[in-house]
Amino acid sequence: MFPRLRLPLRSRRDIVCQQAVELVTDYLEGALPRAGRRRFEAHLAGCPHCTEYLAQMRETIELTGGLTADDLTPQMQDEFITLYRQWRTGEDNT
Amino acid sequence: MGQETDGELLGRLRAGDERAFVTLVRRHHAVMLRLAAGYVPSMAVAEEVVQDTWLGVLRGIAAFEGRSSVRTWLFRILVNRARTAGARERRSVAIGDSVPAVDQSRFDATGHWAAPPERWVEEAEDRVDAAKLADRLRSAIGDLPGRQREVVLLRDVEGLSSEEVCGVLEISEGNQRVLLHRARSRLRQVLETELGRA
Repeated sequence: MFPRLRLPLRSRRDIVCQQAVELVTDYLEGALPRAGRRRFEAHLAGCPHCTEYLAQMRETIELTGGLTADDLTPQMQDEFITLYRQWRTGEDNT
Repeated sequence: MGQETDGELLGRLRAGDERAFVTLVRRHHAVMLRLAAGYVPSMAVAEEVVQDTWLGVLRGIAAFEGRSSVRTWLFRILVNRARTAGARERRSVAIGDSVPAVDQSRFDATGHWAAPPERWVEEAEDRVDAAKLADRLRSAIGDLPGRQREVVLLRDVEGLSSEEVCGVLEISEGNQRVLLHRARSRLRQVLETELGRA
């Protein structure tokens, strides 16, 4: 249908680093279509920098996941117990 | 101590167990506070919003039908209240302009790395002052634009599934991924700056 459009295979199908870094989340989320996934993995196979980049994104997720929520201070905990008791009292009166 | 599920705690709470309430609060309070802080002008208001949310939870507990997970329900109540409280100075909820994951100055004209990522993964893993790194990460999350912060808090800190996040924030899967991508990319950059060796 487009006989003139004969770009070299490489530039049509391969992705470059700048594109690869934008696909990392879709890749990790399993949101890339099969062909896109293959192209992404093919790029990684030949690119140590993007392989490192992907490892860093995984590590970033890991470190973020390891953040513990700041614990409640005893004082705040007391406030919530009070809140709960007030609510109970209100419930019982209605 | 075995971890009771939120659903089990809710059951005990319905039966009038005060300790179940405290356990639920402890489990979710900090993330709720950080989420609320994204909508309102001050921490004091955020705390009010969270308190008000828990009161709403107690009042609505009989009506909760379990069609969504407990935390999706909790966070939805929170987000609705926080949005109402922050309506006057509502931040933009738009996805915003496209910001590249990595600054374009680090690529050459053909899109290949000119300044490749500095290595830091091993450094992060062996890090002695892990607490300092965690603080740096926390403050970087705090500095993210509102929607990115919400998504990364819910997904990566709190561990919600993408479906749950979409349910809480009422956004599409696609938007959720875009926001997550920007947030994670930004956090990676912060870690590289913190840990990488120039």
